[in-house]
Amino acid sequence: MNRPVRYALRVASLTVALGLWQLLTSQDIDLWLRFSQFPTVTDVAHTFTDRLTGPDYWTDLTDSLTRILAGFLLAAVLGVATGVLVARSRLAEDLLGPVLEVVRPIPAIALVPVAILLFPSNEQGIVFITCTAAFFPVLVSTRHAVRALSPVWEEAVRTMGGGRWRVLGSVVLPGALPGVFGGLSVGIGVSWICVISAEMISGQYGVGYRTWQDYTVVDYPGVFVGMVTIGVLGWLTSTAVELLGRRLTRWLPRTAQGPTARPKPARSGAAHPHPAAAVRKDIIRTRPEEARDEHLVRD
Amino acid sequence: MSTSSETETETENEAETEAGNGNEADTEAGAGTSGRGSRLTLRDAALGRPDAAAVSGVDVDVSPGEILTVVGPSGCGKSTLLRTLAGLLPPLAGTAEQDGRPIDGPGADRALVFQEDALLPWRSLRANVELPLAVQGVPRAERRNQATAWLERVGLAAQAGQLPHRVSGGQRQRAQLARALAGRPRAVLMDEPFGALDAQTRAGMQDLLVEVLHGTGATVVFVTHDVDEALFLGDRVALLGAGRLAAVRAVPRPRDRTAHDDPARTALRRDVLTSLGT
Repeated sequence: MNRPVRYALRVASLTVALGLWQLLTSQDIDLWLRFSQFPTVTDVAHTFTDRLTGPDYWTDLTDSLTRILAGFLLAAVLGVATGVLVARSRLAEDLLGPVLEVVRPIPAIALVPVAILLFPSNEQGIVFITCTAAFFPVLVSTRHAVRALSPVWEEAVRTMGGGRWRVLGSVVLPGALPGVFGGLSVGIGVSWICVISAEMISGQYGVGYRTWQDYTVVDYPGVFVGMVTIGVLGWLTSTAVELLGRRLTRWLPRTAQGPTARPKPARSGAAHPHPAAAVRKDIIRTRPEEARDEHLVRD
Repeated sequence: MSTSSETETETENEAETEAGNGNEADTEAGAGTSGRGSRLTLRDAALGRPDAAAVSGVDVDVSPGEILTVVGPSGCGKSTLLRTLAGLLPPLAGTAEQDGRPIDGPGADRALVFQEDALLPWRSLRANVELPLAVQGVPRAERRNQATAWLERVGLAAQAGQLPHRVSGGQRQRAQLARALAGRPRAVLMDEPFGALDAQTRAGMQDLLVEVLHGTGATVVFVTHDVDEALFLGDRVALLGAGRLAAVRAVPRPRDRTAHDDPARTALRRDVLTSLGT
């Protein structure tokens, strides 16, 4: 399939979803599921435009973004550092491993009481919760990626006279990067869940706080504006992480569609005089994403 | 040559090493011009991972500038021998020495060349060759010049900017060779470096190796399972098998393609194959 067709399909998918929503809500359909109380798409759109020009919307947005970026970046640094440490040092594994494994299953949002006890301000508490949420996916995937590195690379650098730091900088970190970005992609998603939940519980300002406020004053279109905002922000930030990851791991053989790419059996273009040429374009478009998603979702 | 007196475990092999003396002198003279090779010595060494010794009672002395090839069936401890000399594995018993000093860890003067996929895949060929220079603290511009020069010597000038997976297996091994030599090591330890290549490419790589080694004076320990390769490249060939070093034999007319039919070479080849077969 060529590019315009694929974009058209994506737009159509969104349009159909919105159209269905509009239809169900404007007709006040009540078949077991009750849409009569639901705001229509146009209601939400009006509220949205009002909010965009209002004073609070952008404050909420920047507050939420500041919280998630602070928490996520902290988690990225701490997660990678701890992951490398645990994977490379038996002592660190024995000392930190048990604590991390016990804390890991606790949902970050269940740490709200801990955050309230620990931190003097709400703001720091929310950042702490966001950070904890993203920390574990980053830690786990870094640990796996570092353990999976080919020992030959390390031996090569050591026989060049490279020490511990040279091995870390030239082999471990670059080699683990594809796996690390897998963890970051999962982490940014979990971070959004937790920043919104934390704001709903204890925040002042922020998209989650506003959404909950609208709910308590029965402003349903406002609730939907909040949901749409969260959706768009989440999508943008995870796309940013994904793009950065692709850029930094361009060297992966899987993404470079050179002579090493496995030829796919032609599906549609069998009658084409040069099936290979026809299919190659298809591979270039679809393969990188498929391959990428596969390894990014890995925990 | 001092080797014969030290390789005492194998009595049958004494005469052979003695006979090879004339040959050895040639190499010594060749290496003497630069005089950079290390003497590598294993004394009554047991080699392997702590829980499993692969080879024991190894006595071998590699003269500066010599090329020692090591042949043996797979799993006989050839790689273990190299990793011990590289300093990646300490000997379980006995000693491993470089120029009379114990080897206590890996170092830049003993480079290791692997069978395959040892280039860092995220670095271009040039950046891979620059790596040992970067480790040694060579300034960036100088690094680049030297790496480019080495890539030219191994015929990879056009591929310098490519990532390793974009070039052929033979080209990757040439880049590995350039990377190993760029750090100016005094010994090069090669672990079946041409093992994954087809016969044609392999012969070309052997010639290239001889050519680029010329003038570096580096001592070479070259592990292979290919007897013909061992006899072509080695001043001496060490036979490894059944958990011990079976013999070290001098090779008549090493690195001479026309010597293939030399009766002395043919006899040695037959001997080597027989001893590996048992």
